[in-house]
Amino acid sequence: MKRYRTLIVIVLILVVAIWVDLPNNPGIHLGEYNRNIDTRLGLDLVGGVQALLEADLPEGEQPTPENMGTAKTIVENRVNGLTGVTEALVQLAGNNRIVVEVPGAQDPEQAIATIKETGLLEFVHMGSNPLPEGTFVQTDFGQTGDPIPQPTSTGEPGAVTPTPSDQLLHTVMTGETLKTVNVQRNQAGQYVIDFTLSPEGTKTFGDYTSQNIGQFLGIVLDKQVISAPRVNDAITEGQGVITGGFTSESANSLAIQLRYGSLPIPLKVVTSQTVGPTLGQDSLRKSLIAGFIGLSVVILFMSLYYRLPGVIADLALIVYALITFALFKLIPVTLTLPGIAGFVLSIGVAVDANILIFERLKEELRSGRTLRQAIDLGWARAWPSIRDSNLSTLITCAILFWFGSTFGASIVKGFSFTLAIGVLVSMFTAIIVTRNFLHVVLDNIELARHLRLFGL
Amino acid sequence: MVDIVRRRYLYFGISLLVIIPGFVALLIWGLPLAIDFTGGSLLQVRFETGTLPPPDAVRQIYDEFGFIDSLIQTSGNDAIIVRTKHMEDSTKVQIVDEMEKQFGGPITVDRYETVGPSIGQEVALRAAGAVALAALGIMLYITFAFRGVEHAFRYGISAIIAMLHDVFVVIGVEAILGQFLGWEVDALFLTALLTVIGFSVHDTIVVFDRIRENSNIYRRLPYETVVNHSIVQTLVRSINTQLTVMFTLLALVIFGGVTIRHFVLILLVGVLSGTYSSIFNAAPILVVWENREWRNWFRPKKSSESLA
Repeated sequence: MKRYRTLIVIVLILVVAIWVDLPNNPGIHLGEYNRNIDTRLGLDLVGGVQALLEADLPEGEQPTPENMGTAKTIVENRVNGLTGVTEALVQLAGNNRIVVEVPGAQDPEQAIATIKETGLLEFVHMGSNPLPEGTFVQTDFGQTGDPIPQPTSTGEPGAVTPTPSDQLLHTVMTGETLKTVNVQRNQAGQYVIDFTLSPEGTKTFGDYTSQNIGQFLGIVLDKQVISAPRVNDAITEGQGVITGGFTSESANSLAIQLRYGSLPIPLKVVTSQTVGPTLGQDSLRKSLIAGFIGLSVVILFMSLYYRLPGVIADLALIVYALITFALFKLIPVTLTLPGIAGFVLSIGVAVDANILIFERLKEELRSGRTLRQAIDLGWARAWPSIRDSNLSTLITCAILFWFGSTFGASIVKGFSFTLAIGVLVSMFTAIIVTRNFLHVVLDNIELARHLRLFGL
Repeated sequence: MVDIVRRRYLYFGISLLVIIPGFVALLIWGLPLAIDFTGGSLLQVRFETGTLPPPDAVRQIYDEFGFIDSLIQTSGNDAIIVRTKHMEDSTKVQIVDEMEKQFGGPITVDRYETVGPSIGQEVALRAAGAVALAALGIMLYITFAFRGVEHAFRYGISAIIAMLHDVFVVIGVEAILGQFLGWEVDALFLTALLTVIGFSVHDTIVVFDRIRENSNIYRRLPYETVVNHSIVQTLVRSINTQLTVMFTLLALVIFGGVTIRHFVLILLVGVLSGTYSSIFNAAPILVVWENREWRNWFRPKKSSESLA
């Protein structure tokens, strides 16, 4: 009965995988949880721009991890503010680099210029209705006809999509007037942010606050609201405190944004890559066709050479392809051309485990074992080979992945990741799925007398 | 039974026949490094009008912008690829504008890559490090996996020698074909090479694993026989796995896009070499080691049997 329990588990996994694989998968929407399931295509397939930014510091100086983290967040906000960008990827690479990937960017030069620019911090008048964090707003500062950033989701699943505000907000002053920003704890032990202003800022701020007590002052970075504290008192001495139920973390992150509305460290572009959209489309179609043909030939070969076990291995191979592709969509893995090649290659490798097992199976049958014994022995004897050989492939994958991450070579990273997933899934399908299918078939048909079906 | 081990020196010779020309090519021409490693810029533009401008006219535009060593290549019948030293984005925009002005008609930028000079070197160094690290990791793992066998480290080292064999074959082929087909060593080539390393060891381990198993069963047989027996037992599997991997790779070469053809061909060469080396190099090296045959290599030979 255990056999059938395993079979049910396999079928369940398969059903989920097929559902995920559906081209028009509706995604998961359960109450608060929203998640779209799409195939992510890499830059080489959809076109776009990739840039590797490096901290531009004097020789021998290293940026702190905090600074790099802040810079990454700021760059991320800016990239997501670009028009038409939906799936930008911003990641730290090594300890002084940031990779930015913007698939489908219409204007690569504009994209890179925006990234390098220093951010704009504004204090805007919000009146009595504070806008929630993350809202994109329009302000009257520096209105030179620049395109207003379009609202986009930040890519985090479950994040509340900010709605744009149509009203034009008045900018009281910009971040340039801030002199110092610090996180403190007040007498009550709460975290607060205290700040001092330049002489010019002191005057502007004094005038504003004395007229707007009880109103809300929005803090806006690159046209996106990061906080909206209430003015409690007139602040005329050029120093003030922002309170508001901060945790140590949220206070620090706001302080950093206030302090470094501009990037905490200068960045320079060390490599950039632009791919036109037409080049990739054609390659994608061709690689998919090639993958299909390759898979068909392998399926044909296995069933002709290994007969019944071959056909079962073919079923397992199809299960393998379905599960792997579902994982690509779920994780999600960005598919690149080499990634697809890695996937196609892993099909070949996936059969290897079954070939190893079937060769063993034949040997055991030849030496006079019963079919059931032979199956169990074949699996048991082939296992060390499968384990050791696949582990060594995984070691290589890990090293490739590390190599790719330090340089933002997402192509290398993608390849090693897809190959590693392929190896892991293939171990599952070749060992558990094939064996289970084989036993189930044996349970239902009198095969013991038909060794011919096993290629003997 | 097929006796592969007895003819081991013949098979070593065949390996050398492939590796030596590659080495010579490497010494004469060197490896054609792409901008990924040397730093520089690559611009691929398509002329929507369908007519290509004369390369000299393109070169002249680059000269005017101070890039006197531009390398111009045509791609298909309406596109060119230009490689130069590292340039700023703004310069690229100006150059494309200039081309549009001079040659008439719209131009599409299909691909533009630029790599700073210092990072290229760092990538190259790190790449070499990655290969060395992979080799070390695999060797340690094999030594660990074979810890129950006598001289476990021999298995690790033999696997690494077979792996180096494949690395040399791949690099040699790249050096030769790079010269004639204009292939370049880029990040993708490196990925292919590292995959070949993984595959090579994968294959070797399957053979070694059989030797490990058989050495326990046939304790009385000479080592040489056990090794040969193991190779023959795994031969069908080696060939079949090789075939399935080759089917998929060949499908990619024939039906896949041009962009990854170089990558897939390198994989194909490496995978073939990997299967060869695990059957004909890795396991026979164990025998050479067991017999300490190098003591006889430079002595006048009495019988040619070992060289058959």
